Amino acid sequence: MKSLEELQVIREKMHDRVAIRRENPELLHQGEDSEFPYRLHVLVCGGTGCTSSGSQEIRETLEKEIKAQGLETQVCVIKTGCFGLCALGPIMIVYPEGAFYSMIKVEDIPEIVSEHFVKGNVVRRLLYDETTKTEKILPMDETNFYKKQHRIALRNCGVINPENIEEYIGTGGYQALGKALTDMKPEDVIQTLLDSGLRGRGGAGFPTGLKWKFAAGNDADQKYVCCNADEGDPGAFMDRSVLEGDPHVVLEAMAIAGFAIGATQGYIYVRAEYPIAVERLEIAISQAREYGMLGKDIFGTGFDFDIDLRLGAGAFVCGEETALMTSIEGNRGEPRPRPPFPAVKGLFQKPTILNNVETYANIPQIIVNGPEWFAAMGTEKSKGTKVFALGGKINNTGLVEIPMGTTLREIVEEIGGGIPNGKKFKAAQTGGPSGGCIPASQMDVPIDYDNLIAIGSMMGSGGLIVMDEDNCMVDIAKFFLEFTVDESCGKCSPCRIGTRRMLEILEKITHGQGEMEDLEKLEELAEHLKHNSLCALGQTAPNPVISTMKYFRDEYIAHIVDKKCPAGVCKALLQYKIDADKCKGCTLCARNCPADAITGTVKEPHVIDSAKCIKCGACMEKCRFGAIYKE
Amino acid sequence: MPAAKTTVPFSGTKEQEESLLKVIADLKDEKGALMPILQKAQDIYGYLPIEVQTMISNETGIPLEKIYGVVTFYSQFSLNPKGKYQISVCLGTACYVKGSGEIYNALTQKLGIEGGECTSDGKFSLDACRCIGACGLAPVMTINGEVHGRLTVDMLDDILAQYE
Repeated sequence: MKSLEELQVIREKMHDRVAIRRENPELLHQGEDSEFPYRLHVLVCGGTGCTSSGSQEIRETLEKEIKAQGLETQVCVIKTGCFGLCALGPIMIVYPEGAFYSMIKVEDIPEIVSEHFVKGNVVRRLLYDETTKTEKILPMDETNFYKKQHRIALRNCGVINPENIEEYIGTGGYQALGKALTDMKPEDVIQTLLDSGLRGRGGAGFPTGLKWKFAAGNDADQKYVCCNADEGDPGAFMDRSVLEGDPHVVLEAMAIAGFAIGATQGYIYVRAEYPIAVERLEIAISQAREYGMLGKDIFGTGFDFDIDLRLGAGAFVCGEETALMTSIEGNRGEPRPRPPFPAVKGLFQKPTILNNVETYANIPQIIVNGPEWFAAMGTEKSKGTKVFALGGKINNTGLVEIPMGTTLREIVEEIGGGIPNGKKFKAAQTGGPSGGCIPASQMDVPIDYDNLIAIGSMMGSGGLIVMDEDNCMVDIAKFFLEFTVDESCGKCSPCRIGTRRMLEILEKITHGQGEMEDLEKLEELAEHLKHNSLCALGQTAPNPVISTMKYFRDEYIAHIVDKKCPAGVCKALLQYKIDADKCKGCTLCARNCPADAITGTVKEPHVIDSAKCIKCGACMEKCRFGAIYKE
Repeated sequence: MPAAKTTVPFSGTKEQEESLLKVIADLKDEKGALMPILQKAQDIYGYLPIEVQTMISNETGIPLEKIYGVVTFYSQFSLNPKGKYQISVCLGTACYVKGSGEIYNALTQKLGIEGGECTSDGKFSLDACRCIGACGLAPVMTINGEVHGRLTVDMLDDILAQYE
């Protein structure tokens, strides 16, 4: 296929098929004489979260059962990307009813097929319980998890089959590329992005249009467009979900970028830890080439653009732009000093732009709907939406896309459904090893790039880990420093040595050997790292320490002065004890103690010898009377 | 990343060598081919001993010290063979705040090995990894790619027994 007209033909053919799953379920009943005559669309999540909880087996059993019942011409099963509510996986949605089945098991399938698919009775007991509170089933979009969300980057995730380019075209896919190539000049594309106010979603928030403008302004025989899919922040999986659920949106945006800056070659640098994303990208690239969306003379306009994949190999620093390029070149992934910036000398020493997956996922919509549409969402300086990966101590772990300016309280309490087990919110960590912890006192600050920096954290790529009263903030700071020590590439000494010195001090504190001067030393080291490290990894490595010291200084002091860990996490500061009033003398704890630290006679209260105790907690787990406690 | 040399003797087959040579022939003219070649070589041999690195160096003309530098930089490249069952415990933030550190420690005790090592019978090797993105199931580990989620220390014996 080559022409825009042919693209329109596919779009029209596919439009109803995908619209059924979004805005127009009633289309289903008109479709009997169309090419796609199914009366039920069954969408099963094939993202990493649901695949890990067994969605593939669900899908296979479903297909078998549908065949056994002779329904294969009436019911189609579609493997989609992530629906977002990973905590309730495996998830399956059936249209036209929009029935949202959650945590389904293989044993449930025959009932769903015979009751729902054959007889038309939705199996209410298997639906997401929030949708069944009233007699009428609540549509998914009106549940607490979804109603405040606004999906731009994730618009096709959980809606289309990511392994079928025609479904993407049916949602309006590749229209933006067509528009850019035929109706716009490169400078118009760049101006559109500038006007939209789109800022990089990878963390730093640099205006995307400006980045493109710099690269467009540098003449060279070859330029490159790169996509950063090396999502290294532990606890962040937004980019993976876009790649798994809607890979073509990234390819389309990269081709638009190629047109805007004058590049003919793109590279996607993706983590090898994301096998499903890699596979779907490979399929998407080959389909895009087959349909003429990549390759020579796209839409007959004379514009050439192609994309190759490069896999990472487990180095966090390769998420830094210059390190990423060094890695694509086949070297140790060490960062390079800037300037020169990649827009001048990037990959293979040629002008290059690098954007993050989520940034790209916004671009086709901006081209189609115009910059004003995008700029109308969000706050003054942060436009549009942001995808967050909600994790940690929160009920609805998963993926959410919210307008910029939403507060942390709305995310945690409403969308996230609060903290499990009635525990109290302590802090939310954003920005991963480069970010900081947001305490309860800042929960009503509207989230955008600038506000997060002002309160000592950062947007980062969008991991949002919730912590409750059982998490020790000194331990969390230590956890992130261990991470950066491990991942520091070693090229510059402030980062290589500075992170290690900071970690040693934190270890000293969590082992009960800290002194008050250590806090000053941490602050001094933090300043050095911030100002003298070569790349952002070292410059931001102290952030988790600085922010926890700012908001949870009392916890540091408790570790140093009282030699206590208030959250009961730091083992060296804990003592396990037996409450003599509750102990029945059953001897179970003594028999299970690997260190023989517990003594006592049958039916008499037992005692733990703290000199021998290795603080493994085995006794506490085994005690049936709740007589063992730690302090 | 510690880069201890393995003590396990190299035992590559003729077929493995042929596949490696084909991979190199296919890729060596591409820009920045070294990473993809190393990734494919590790797929073929399971790890990247010095013998394999030497072959790559001979075929591509890239100096061995550069290859060794790249191999030891990235945590996914291994100089040591892995166990028949490769256990990988996620120590990403979401898993860590839900107790994956204890899972990891319990495994080192149960298996008697440290991270990066392999049990003496060659059955299990243990590694920590950074977020596989299954945060909804935290804490998680994978064994040969199969995900085990919502773990507690109590579950580990039963899970390991499935791989006996």
